Amino acid sequence: MTRFQSPLFSFAGAVISASLLVTGAYAAEPELLLVIKNHRFEPVELKVPAGQRVKLIVHNQDSTAEEFESHDLNREKIVPAGGKVSIFIGPLRPGRYSFTGEYNEATAKGVVIAE
Amino acid sequence: MFATAIIVFRETLEAALFVGIMAAATRGLVGRGRWLTAGVLAGSAGALALAAGAEHISALANGVGQDLVNAGILVVALAMLTWHCVWVSNQGAQAAADARALGSSFKQGQRAPWALMIVVALSVLREGAETVLFVAGFATGSGPTGTLAGAFAGVLCGSAIGAIIYLGLSRVPVQRMFAVTNTLILLLAASIASQLARALSQAGLISVWGQPLWDTSPLLRVDSPVGTFAHALVGYEAQPTGLQLAFYALALLVIVIGSRWVRAAQARRRTVVTARVLAGA
Repeated sequence: MTRFQSPLFSFAGAVISASLLVTGAYAAEPELLLVIKNHRFEPVELKVPAGQRVKLIVHNQDSTAEEFESHDLNREKIVPAGGKVSIFIGPLRPGRYSFTGEYNEATAKGVVIAE
Repeated sequence: MFATAIIVFRETLEAALFVGIMAAATRGLVGRGRWLTAGVLAGSAGALALAAGAEHISALANGVGQDLVNAGILVVALAMLTWHCVWVSNQGAQAAADARALGSSFKQGQRAPWALMIVVALSVLREGAETVLFVAGFATGSGPTGTLAGAFAGVLCGSAIGAIIYLGLSRVPVQRMFAVTNTLILLLAASIASQLARALSQAGLISVWGQPLWDTSPLLRVDSPVGTFAHALVGYEAQPTGLQLAFYALALLVIVIGSRWVRAAQARRRTVVTARVLAGA
């Protein structure tokens, strides 16, 4: 390989990867609504398609902030009182992924079921 | 009150560890106490502002505004830490070596590195905003006195751990101090890179490598005391995604290789300087 071919391939690879990332960011995906009411999640079980990115819209209908936290899904986000936030999850392998409301762990619990 | 204390303790711990390590890394530098205090105060003020604007920020950008702000903060912190590791810390060691080569004594009189102070402010800002939101919510719910007492206890305990880390690091002899604190800052930078990966995935900006690769929760849970500490210090995750691992490794590589490159360039320059000095004598 000449001196210029190696960096050229790296640059081309970077451009292609960047394009894939960008197109991934704008692809349409299913949206699901998750409500926080009285320090509980509604619904408690969320069914999502496996192997696909999913957009969770979390609406906090309580008067205090909550933190959506899931180690299984690797997500952590504060939802202000009365606020609506979007959390992208997946693509997920089939299985159960639990999540909690960190500020009210005793009652705010739920699970995402990917199938 | 106890629940409040635990949650506030966890948030405070991350910031306290940062401040403790930065304090140790800047030991002996002029004006460092003022800079650290300024960083913590600025971070606290920013945290209140961020918490106050939380509702507005969250609604931005189709509901991912918070992640974008978070990612922005992390990028700046990462840039500051990288700059410090690669450039500033080498300058410190370089100045000492230069002084020795020229036969003069080396005094640690340099000004405190502002890059680290910015990182301190950012760290306090992030954890502080979460804490303020949480405490504000709880205070209206279950009564202000108990909540504030719990929050105070949490901040106290978190800060105590930070102070212990600082005191422990202070006992390291000055010759080894650079190496020890540089390693700790390197690991902090890598863990920030990993958190950046998660923020970008969460905001839907990157959709590849999002699957957790393994689960070490049976060995060490992230919300256990040791796990919390490991998470704050080296960015431990029980279920890291491929993207997080990639960002973590990339940060380590960039800083280590960049640091070596700068050091080698300075060593070459040092040889020239010494030769000139000897030739002139």
